[in-house]
Amino acid sequence: MALTRSDVEKIAHLARLALDEEDIPRYTRTLSDILDLVAQMNAVDTHGVEPMAHPLDEVQRLRPDEVTEGDQRDKFQAIAPLVQDGLYLVPKVIE
Amino acid sequence: MSLHRLGVRQLADALARGECSSVELTQALLARIRRLDGDFNSFITVTEEQALDQAAEADRRRAAGEAGPLTGVPIAHKDIFCTDGVRTSCASRMLDNFIAPYDATVVQRFKAAGAVMLGKTNMDEFAMGSSNETSYYGPVRNPWDRERVPGGSSGGSAAAVAARLVPAATGTDTGGSIRQPAALCGLTGVKPTYGRVSRYGMIAFASSLDQGGPLCRSAEDAALILEVMAGFDPRDSTSVDRPVPRYSATLGDSLEGLEIGLPQEYFGDGLEPAVAAAVEQAVRVFERLGARVRQIRLPNTALAVPTYYVVAPAECSSNLSRYDGVRFGYRCRDPEDLMDLYKRTRGEGFGAEVKRRIMVGTYVLSAGYYDAYYLKAQKLRRLISADFQAAFAEVDVILGPTSPTPAFPLGARLEDPIQMYLSDIYTIAANLAGLPALSIPCGFAGHLPVGLQLIGDYFSEGRLLNAAHRYQQETDWHERIPPGCE
Repeated sequence: MALTRSDVEKIAHLARLALDEEDIPRYTRTLSDILDLVAQMNAVDTHGVEPMAHPLDEVQRLRPDEVTEGDQRDKFQAIAPLVQDGLYLVPKVIE
Repeated sequence: MSLHRLGVRQLADALARGECSSVELTQALLARIRRLDGDFNSFITVTEEQALDQAAEADRRRAAGEAGPLTGVPIAHKDIFCTDGVRTSCASRMLDNFIAPYDATVVQRFKAAGAVMLGKTNMDEFAMGSSNETSYYGPVRNPWDRERVPGGSSGGSAAAVAARLVPAATGTDTGGSIRQPAALCGLTGVKPTYGRVSRYGMIAFASSLDQGGPLCRSAEDAALILEVMAGFDPRDSTSVDRPVPRYSATLGDSLEGLEIGLPQEYFGDGLEPAVAAAVEQAVRVFERLGARVRQIRLPNTALAVPTYYVVAPAECSSNLSRYDGVRFGYRCRDPEDLMDLYKRTRGEGFGAEVKRRIMVGTYVLSAGYYDAYYLKAQKLRRLISADFQAAFAEVDVILGPTSPTPAFPLGARLEDPIQMYLSDIYTIAANLAGLPALSIPCGFAGHLPVGLQLIGDYFSEGRLLNAAHRYQQETDWHERIPPGCE
């Protein structure tokens, strides 16, 4: 399946990835190649086949809704790019 | 004594008999890493000080009569396992500055067993690759031929164990990332049943496929290491609550009457003749050991790679959405606004292959495409899994090559993702089905090691290790040492 340059730009936007201009032709080509590979799936009729979401077909185990971890805010924020007064800082969102 | 040449079992015995201390052993291997690893680039971080502290503590414990199974034995962790207070980079610029604030369960289990961590090994970025060339820290070189790749994504772990820098290392396997580098470096590597080893603190790539396991020099060592790694973990919601057998206790069991299936599809086009010849020789050894060998079919084998390249990128694109430059990891300079922060952080922080897979995943999960791609792939996953279950009604173990070629030259496949993906053509199906599988060395193609893969039914790790161990008692491929690493 041949993607266009604008397809790749749209996908990169959805994925929140800034791409270098000069790399876009290469991504367009390799992503198209990968989708061609993936298209081999269509050779098989899967009508009526139950999709397999988990290798052992197990359901998600649930745990009691109890507090098991203490507060580690300082430890976790010590590795954050930018914090102030216990809050993570990002560029202004609401004008 | 050449301590670096001893495996896990031999080192545990030597430590128990007091023939060396853990501090001596740790110093010897750290010196070896300093001397040789400039050539291989198998470590991202060497934790010298911490290793010596752990070794001293291990010696104290042993003196106090409190030694566990691995007390004082050096190991290394793939840099995908979080290590409290130690950089955990996943070989990405995105996590170059990430000091993990906690230990992965696997790391905790090794600490509890008394193992000494020498450092964190190189890998493909976020475990995406089959050559260890996508690392932010540069490629790893294969100890058997320094112009060739060690395989990937656990290429640093494989090169370090093969070069006798460390007796065992952890790896992770999403589509072959333990077995393929084990094959290309002449090692024993095990991918356990999905859910057998905890994924807590193991940085996620494709959550329904990822599984941790050991890279060692023998099946006997792998059994000891897996006994430490495996087990139920309430912190991983996909961990299986089921007792871990003593794999090392059944290694010597007879193979008389073992039914081995050779899938026709694993011996067809694309398999290099020298690899096929080595695997066929190994089949004769298993027959001599009493196994019965027959041809089987796994008809949907050719669909495994296409199916994988929907499931894995889809899960990768959602898992890697957490790298946003806000809470940890890389952040771009001077973002103009929030969108710019996200886009440039991710554009600059991820390498080309990771970006490619995120985009494939984003595309196949985008509105309107779900049924055509992800749902279709999940249905094919069912068919691939059903092939295996039909085979296991007839045979106990499936045998074939691990990878279609031995180690390829650095750079040979880097510009052609499809060629790179096809080096995992025989390993991917076990991940899609969640089955245990291992790779053991079974000969050479020229000067390069060849790997043989055994795939078993769910939770048959003990049987696979038993078969591998009996084979290794009859052969010495696993004892071969790369030139210059003696």
